Amino acid sequence: MKHVKIREKQSNAFLVAVSAVVLGLVAGAILMASIGSNPFTGFWFLFRGGLMNIERVGNTMATATTLMLVGLSVAFAFKTGLFNIGASGQMLIGGLCATLVAHKVFLPRPLYLVVLVLAALMGGALWGVIPGFLKAKFNVHEVVATIMMNWIAYWSIYYFIPAYLKGPSLETESASIAVTQSLRTPWLTKLFNGSYMNLGFFIAIISVVVIKLILDKTTLGFSLKAVGSNRHCAEYAGIKVNRNVVISMMIAGGLAGLAGLSFYTGYSRNMQIGVMPAQGFDGIAVALLGASSPLGVLFSSLFFGILQSGKGFMNAMTSVPPEIADTIIAVIIYFTATSVLFKRFWDAVLKRQGDKAKKKEESAQAEVKKEVE
Amino acid sequence: MWNTLVSIFPYAIAYTIPMLMTSLGGLYSERSGVTNLGLEGLMLVGYFASAITIKMTEATLGVQALPLGLLVGVAAGAMFSLLHAFASINLKADQVISGTAINMLAAALTVYLARTISGSGNVRILMGIVRKNIPMLSRIPIIGPLFFSQTYWTTWLCLAIWALSWILLYKTSFGLRLRACGEHPSAVASAGINVHHMRYFGVAMSGALAGLGGSVILITYSGEFSGTVAGLGFLSIAALIFGQWKPLGILGATFFFGIATTIANVSQVIPSLAVIPPVFFKVFPYVATLIALVLFSKNSAAPKASGEPF
Repeated sequence: MKHVKIREKQSNAFLVAVSAVVLGLVAGAILMASIGSNPFTGFWFLFRGGLMNIERVGNTMATATTLMLVGLSVAFAFKTGLFNIGASGQMLIGGLCATLVAHKVFLPRPLYLVVLVLAALMGGALWGVIPGFLKAKFNVHEVVATIMMNWIAYWSIYYFIPAYLKGPSLETESASIAVTQSLRTPWLTKLFNGSYMNLGFFIAIISVVVIKLILDKTTLGFSLKAVGSNRHCAEYAGIKVNRNVVISMMIAGGLAGLAGLSFYTGYSRNMQIGVMPAQGFDGIAVALLGASSPLGVLFSSLFFGILQSGKGFMNAMTSVPPEIADTIIAVIIYFTATSVLFKRFWDAVLKRQGDKAKKKEESAQAEVKKEVE
Repeated sequence: MWNTLVSIFPYAIAYTIPMLMTSLGGLYSERSGVTNLGLEGLMLVGYFASAITIKMTEATLGVQALPLGLLVGVAAGAMFSLLHAFASINLKADQVISGTAINMLAAALTVYLARTISGSGNVRILMGIVRKNIPMLSRIPIIGPLFFSQTYWTTWLCLAIWALSWILLYKTSFGLRLRACGEHPSAVASAGINVHHMRYFGVAMSGALAGLGGSVILITYSGEFSGTVAGLGFLSIAALIFGQWKPLGILGATFFFGIATTIANVSQVIPSLAVIPPVFFKVFPYVATLIALVLFSKNSAAPKASGEPF
């Protein structure tokens, strides 16, 4: 009996995620149809655009890299009961630190990469630790604080880049960094036929593993999760709640900083001003869909990576604007937030099935009994 | 100095008004107990809806198209906010996530539709509101040139809405009930009032007013839908906090932020302001809000039940 109960619960979490995705895709299909395009060809080109050859697969993976790291950042904060809506700002600052290093620091490659990663990590962590500190010390809600930090980063960069890192042609973007100073490497570029694929992907995979280990195997991970599931209980058990809040936001910020690294020095090679990176919010979708688990984040980021990198091709082949991908992601977030709807629906369905199965079993047993008699 | 002030004041007011309306919308929503982070998206919806309406009707209706656009913007914002209301009131969803979804959905959907309609994703309208001096009042020394010269009629409309909202929220029993829903919903419910209805009203008002804010941007200083309101919605949330969830507070806060934004925008042109780098003015509202949050953390005026499902 107990066994059945557990299985029902698990299938619910999975079904809810799948239902949200399906409804997101349905909404996308309706939107495509509403402007007179055929949704099937639309989706066909969307997925082909993400996967049709090795170069596009590389681009999809490079897109997914950033989403994976942001998703991991949001998911990690979720585990401690915090909502990191400031991944965009942390990405910007991490990316800015990395771009500065890429312009100014020249070292042998392995050492250089370490410095680059550390710079992005620290930049992001700094932008994450401030809201964490404000939350721990002054009980300032982290959602509001991280939103403010986002815009502080946005405007700082808006004025910093034209002043110190101006590109030769445009006022609105930084000078491109040399390919040798970026995360791209010749063998990866060659392997993926000239795509944006870069070392960031491995950084993201390593991060997934490290975060999984921290959460599952360390005392720190245990206390972080304890704070997340019940703050007061954790406090009563002697866990330092405030310290954990600060550490959690610091690590989450660092991960978002790495996302900035992968985006600004891997996927692209410069920073544009006046752009709040949308990945910071897409990452919330990644984390929600991945049920805040590192492995879930890995898979959901690949899914969103396909959507985001295939939209250009779809736009070229059909008349559907590329914003369809963002619309689908937004709808998925909305339906994950309102997951109660699906939970009720699937609970009802599963219950009916369970009842049916029970009845069948009962009647079968009754028959057996009759036969025995 | 005086000339500088007189020349930037109309711009400061023009920036303030959309923020004031959006912030006031946030006030309705939070006071009724629903956190609304989707203000940025709701503004964008109003911005877009009014742009499309005016573009389609301006050839036939002429100047009448502007008020019509404003109305459609308000209605569109209110309709769109119902998504947030349904999620956070009926389904007891996480309001932060729902608000974020509203922002993302609005950003993607409006540009998607704009691209389908106009091709480029931008919707330009041919006319805006003509600035006018108020007769008599604009000749009062000091106040006249600052407040009554070169004004838009929407400014006065929005200030009237602000004043009426103040009366509604603080001088009527309806307002008392609405505010109580944000403080102690079960007490309101035990008095026989439907908390869900009150909260629906709060959220719909926030959508309508944010939509109004977006439309006002279009017909006053922008003249073109460009797919973003560049964080004005979030700035309005900052103003709401900085103004401590009070009508007079948000009037002051949005005006303060409006002046800071204006100075940042014009400081390159005006030598006496170029001493301070513009980044300080742009960052100032957010830093000020963070400091305000820290200072008032002990006795925050935030509605106690805001963000909590009932």
